[in-house]
Amino acid sequence: MSETSFTPGVVAGRLEADSYDSQFSDLHPLLDGHEALVASDRCYFCHDAPCITACPTAIDIPLFIRQIATGTPDAAAKTILSQNIMGGMCARVCPTETLCEEACVRELAEGKPVLIGQLQRYATDHLQQQGIHPFERAEPTGKTVAVVGAGPAGLSCAHRLAMLGHDVVVLEPKAKSGGLNEFGIAAYKTTDGYAQAEVDWLCQIGGITIQYGQALGADLTLSDLQGQYDAVFLSIGLGGVNALGLAGEDKDGVLDAVEFISDLRQADDVALLPIGRDVVVIGGGMTAVDAAVQAKLLGALNVTLAYRRGRDRMNASKFEQDLAASKGVRIMTHVVPVGLHGNGAVREIEFEYVNDDMSGTGQMVKLQADQVLTAIGQVLLDEGLPALKGRKIGVDDTGRTSIAGVWAGGDCATGGDDLTVTAVAEGRDAAMDIHKALAGSSNGKS
Amino acid sequence: MQQWIFIKHWRDHQMANLESNFLGIKSPNPFWLASAPPTDKEYNVRRAFEAGWGGVVWKTLGEEGPPVVNVNGPRYGAIYGADRRLMGLNNIELITDRSLETNLEEISRVKKDYPNHAVIVSIMVPCEEAAWKTILPRVEATGADGIELNFGCPHGMSERGMGAAVGQVPEYIEMVTRWCKQYYSKPVIVKLTPNITDVRQPAAAAKRGGADAVSLINTINSIVSVNLDTMSPEPSIDGKGTHGGYCGPAVKPIAMSMVSEIARYPETKGLPISGIGGVTTWRDAAEFMSLGCGNVQVCTAAMTYGFKIVQEMISGLSEWMDEKGHTNIEDFVGQAIPNTTDWQYLNLNFIAKAVINQDDCIKCGRCYAACEDTSHQAISMSEDRVFEVIDGECVACNLCVNVCPVENCITMVEMPNGEIDPRTGKVVEPEYANWTTHPNNPSATAAE
Repeated sequence: MSETSFTPGVVAGRLEADSYDSQFSDLHPLLDGHEALVASDRCYFCHDAPCITACPTAIDIPLFIRQIATGTPDAAAKTILSQNIMGGMCARVCPTETLCEEACVRELAEGKPVLIGQLQRYATDHLQQQGIHPFERAEPTGKTVAVVGAGPAGLSCAHRLAMLGHDVVVLEPKAKSGGLNEFGIAAYKTTDGYAQAEVDWLCQIGGITIQYGQALGADLTLSDLQGQYDAVFLSIGLGGVNALGLAGEDKDGVLDAVEFISDLRQADDVALLPIGRDVVVIGGGMTAVDAAVQAKLLGALNVTLAYRRGRDRMNASKFEQDLAASKGVRIMTHVVPVGLHGNGAVREIEFEYVNDDMSGTGQMVKLQADQVLTAIGQVLLDEGLPALKGRKIGVDDTGRTSIAGVWAGGDCATGGDDLTVTAVAEGRDAAMDIHKALAGSSNGKS
Repeated sequence: MQQWIFIKHWRDHQMANLESNFLGIKSPNPFWLASAPPTDKEYNVRRAFEAGWGGVVWKTLGEEGPPVVNVNGPRYGAIYGADRRLMGLNNIELITDRSLETNLEEISRVKKDYPNHAVIVSIMVPCEEAAWKTILPRVEATGADGIELNFGCPHGMSERGMGAAVGQVPEYIEMVTRWCKQYYSKPVIVKLTPNITDVRQPAAAAKRGGADAVSLINTINSIVSVNLDTMSPEPSIDGKGTHGGYCGPAVKPIAMSMVSEIARYPETKGLPISGIGGVTTWRDAAEFMSLGCGNVQVCTAAMTYGFKIVQEMISGLSEWMDEKGHTNIEDFVGQAIPNTTDWQYLNLNFIAKAVINQDDCIKCGRCYAACEDTSHQAISMSEDRVFEVIDGECVACNLCVNVCPVENCITMVEMPNGEIDPRTGKVVEPEYANWTTHPNNPSATAAE
């Protein structure tokens, strides 16, 4: 391979061919049995535990940790999965440092929380690696529910509905299920095809049919679905990305980070992915960090994450910021892009330094850039949806939308942060409400 | 590579002298290795002395003839903490399975080379005068400093009428001890079994027989685990298990209680005691000695960590003695005995309340769960997880202190005299008053 990190421009294969696997290896390798025992012994089994409150799916964390400590990891997995069917993925991708582990009393006491996320993965992997699906379906209800979007919210909703005895048809526009778990999360957080393995495992419950190539607006309409199914759950995510609004945004080398991550996740061989020598990522959230770190892992020489406010305002957690820094990403704050320069392809990006209140300082800075990745937020694409509240589908606590018989959850709906774990909770809770609603109605629609 | 402790060169070292004189037997420190596998042969004992141990009790010798045989499967089982910290050990090993002659030769050689270290010989022969009369002169000829009578081994040998089978019958103890005093000129230590209802009786019997000291405890009858797949107790020998003898950190509280009973019992008070049972650190040793033990014997700690562990015991005890101003170990031996009493003599006018230091509290709520679910409903919990003691309900049971993960976050604070206990509405009285005079006691002796 003749390319190196110093090669100018956007090229593939900057690293030795055999180094990519280790570059993209598991961020937190699976604990072994002894490590899990030691880690679980640190849990105090708190009364009315703060970690449970901090978990969007309210997993009984002290209970599952005690089940690990007493040598029954499969029982621990059932505790987790009863509350959060995607507990395996959440164990990998949750920002635990801002959720359960932040609330852990040992974080308060010593700055060293119990390793809740890693213990959760230990338990769920232990069960799933045996191929065990621990839930059984109730007697068939004769009802069929359409779930639009096979991401975390949709699959969570589908599983709960199937378990309660309903049939579920999941309609997914892409050719693969998993949503952001499959397309939108850094590779080192979910290695070895776990996203697909988890979907396959989840569907072992039975009663779930996934139909691909079915996009709301293009292939389906909401009113058709309402006519065909007993209920509809919308979990379509955020299909659009915000634009920078700058001239030159169409230059070669300027692309959105979501697409960059998706291409990386779907690549058979990441060594074939072209990456710039000088990469600038614009944004301050998890997507920005995932993109920046992976650009670095692909062999980019200089990766700068440029954010318009201070580090304390970044949506990416401190852990994520530190991870980026440790991988060699430069974090630049208080800058807004004002110009993209280059002839055909981007060569340089210009920023203005801004104050905390976003007012300009008049001071400019230019960075060399042969790739600019934008991660400045995703937006809902409205394809004949129920009433929006703000920029999302308005829902109540149980996921009900403005249209009777239509529920929504996940990133496309109001309420909660845009996290996998929040989506799982919303899908689950909507399923419970759909079940309640269907229990009062007659069988099937023609 | 050689490593040194150099206690005498410590900048703050004062006068602590760890030399031990137990029954006239001198040793550089009070840490002896107990009769057990670590002291089964010359190789081990020499290395133990080089590592710093003050003395050894040689692994129990049996009578002349074919030696005992041990099982050829596992001899030990264990109880672990989460990080496989060994909390308790159980064994089904018997007395030495090497020939009497070999052991006696080795003992002679070792004693000759280590005149300033204590070498005690543990013995277990049948409960017949002739057997003891035969072996004792041969042991005496080794030059060893004394003998310890193994009346405690609870497994295997007890099935043959020896070990604990003798130790459980005070009359046998007295009889055998008397034979030993008759046929042996040096100190006789009687090792006691805890597998009895009242340890004072065998101790008193040993004293009547003329014992110079008792040592305790030997191991406790135990089954440490059952394999739930094979349904065999462990350690399992070809699918079957038997009870073994339990030792290690877990048995220390039981051993210390038994030591204290002997130290306080009028018939045995003053009888020298060698303390055994879960001594793992210098602190354990100091606690045993405060309850009246002239020295301590160690086995499990050495088996778990190796001989080197004695270095921590030596340095720790020395440091603590300096801190307390003790120059010799006799200074603190038995110091806690006067403060060890019967429940009936505890001061019922002493009133304390739990106090939670809110700055130290990490809001885990364990104190609340313990008190609310299992005790006196004397801790309140607010919505923002502030935990506070309700003085009107608190009986100062100490459970909250025991379950709190933060040391000294919850403390028991004595109520000053003259204040009113909000739980009882009574004034805290300055006078000492115990159950023997309490009005609720039907047999109160001096209520009026």
